[in-house]
Amino acid sequence: MSGLKYTKEHEWVRVDGDVATVGISDFAQSQLGDVVFVELPEVGSQVKRDGNAAVVESVKAASDVYAPVSGEVVEVNGALEDAPQLVNESPVGDGWFMKIRLSDPSELDGLMDEAAYADYSESQA
Amino acid sequence: MVPFAGYEMPVQYAEGILAEHQHARSAAALFDVSHMGQVSLRGDDPAAALETLVPGDIAGLEPGRMRYTQFTNDRGGILDDLMVTNAGDGLFLVVNAACKAADIARLRGALAGKVDVEELADRALLALQGPKASAVLARFAPEAAAMPFMSALPFEISGMRAVVSRSGYTGEDGYEISVKDIDAVRMAELLLAEPEVAPVGLGARDSLRLEAGLCLYGHDIDETTTPVEAGLVWSIGKRRREEGGFPGDGIVQAQLRDGPPRKRVGIVPDGRAPAREGTEITDGGGVSIGHVTSGGFGPTAGGPVAMGYVDAAHAAVDTAVNLVVRGTPRPGRIRRMPFVPHSYYRGQENP
Repeated sequence: MSGLKYTKEHEWVRVDGDVATVGISDFAQSQLGDVVFVELPEVGSQVKRDGNAAVVESVKAASDVYAPVSGEVVEVNGALEDAPQLVNESPVGDGWFMKIRLSDPSELDGLMDEAAYADYSESQA
Repeated sequence: MVPFAGYEMPVQYAEGILAEHQHARSAAALFDVSHMGQVSLRGDDPAAALETLVPGDIAGLEPGRMRYTQFTNDRGGILDDLMVTNAGDGLFLVVNAACKAADIARLRGALAGKVDVEELADRALLALQGPKASAVLARFAPEAAAMPFMSALPFEISGMRAVVSRSGYTGEDGYEISVKDIDAVRMAELLLAEPEVAPVGLGARDSLRLEAGLCLYGHDIDETTTPVEAGLVWSIGKRRREEGGFPGDGIVQAQLRDGPPRKRVGIVPDGRAPAREGTEITDGGGVSIGHVTSGGFGPTAGGPVAMGYVDAAHAAVDTAVNLVVRGTPRPGRIRRMPFVPHSYYRGQENP
């Protein structure tokens, strides 16, 4: 088990202690196509669950990325500035977006596990 | 697949937009542009008749040559842009899919009794674009290799009758191939079987023409923009500038004399954030001076590129502007277009 949890908006979360790493799913990047720009939040800013947290732009369009959980942004993936294609190449690895210090860990309970998300994304394809 | 002007069009094929774009710049891309309208004008002096609707010099078009022009309205606004070919026995027009019904109705209304307007609805159109397009087509039609840019010839290709023009809308050398609809699939398969050729969709067609600085109707030009504002003065013949005789000629001539109030310009954002259609353009003081009409990532340019309209006072190349992307002003500069140099065929180099 990779321990990833997913939202219906195709973000993923990996929790380590009280910090959640967030990115977009492999399904999402395949739907977006070639990613050319990622706008990330300021470190230190607060995000709210389901609120706008980032913008990912592919050659086709700009798409909002929503915060899967509420909390403070403690780190963002600066590598995406010069290498936005990491989102396509490694969506659940080097293409991560941000780390959020959880303000309400119970929010994680509402997310899908890997198997549930696999079924869900298949239904969206 | 997406709906486009009543047609189901592929945004991309399996390779994706970036790879398809690069393929058109490095090899040969095949586009299905059969949605575009093909129209024949025949009768007594169709060139003189068409000149009453467009500012282009159509009468001066030699047989076998083609030219880009626009249908204008009484305010000098652009109703559609089109290619006009002197086919010898008449004129051959290629118009935009979304405008073709209105274009044909306008032509029939204005030219009634003088010129026979026939929509060639049974013809498909394929575009073969890229630096290898000439070598590929020459295998089937050797004479195509020496055709000048913006010329057209009839061919028989593998038993299919086709009208081939050396033209396109990517900034690359290439051809548009008009064939009967029943031959379209076989023609496409014939070309796609060549190793240099790959199918390319609407997504890359858009990024290619944007890098080439070419207007997309309904975005960069429309009923509210004149050819002068749009930077299309080159497409208005010298004789037509002086004589007029097209809808909105007075406004166009006044703008030619006094300068237009706004101009279509190229814009390059400083960072990597694309400035897309609708993005507000402001000056250093935050005052709105225009908006982006097309913008995105330019794969060959290697970063974001855009075009749009700005007040004439801010239109000079290298002027610093701000692009308001999601509420944040981001710096950029007015830049010369095309963003990627055109590679049109200009004849054989001397040995």
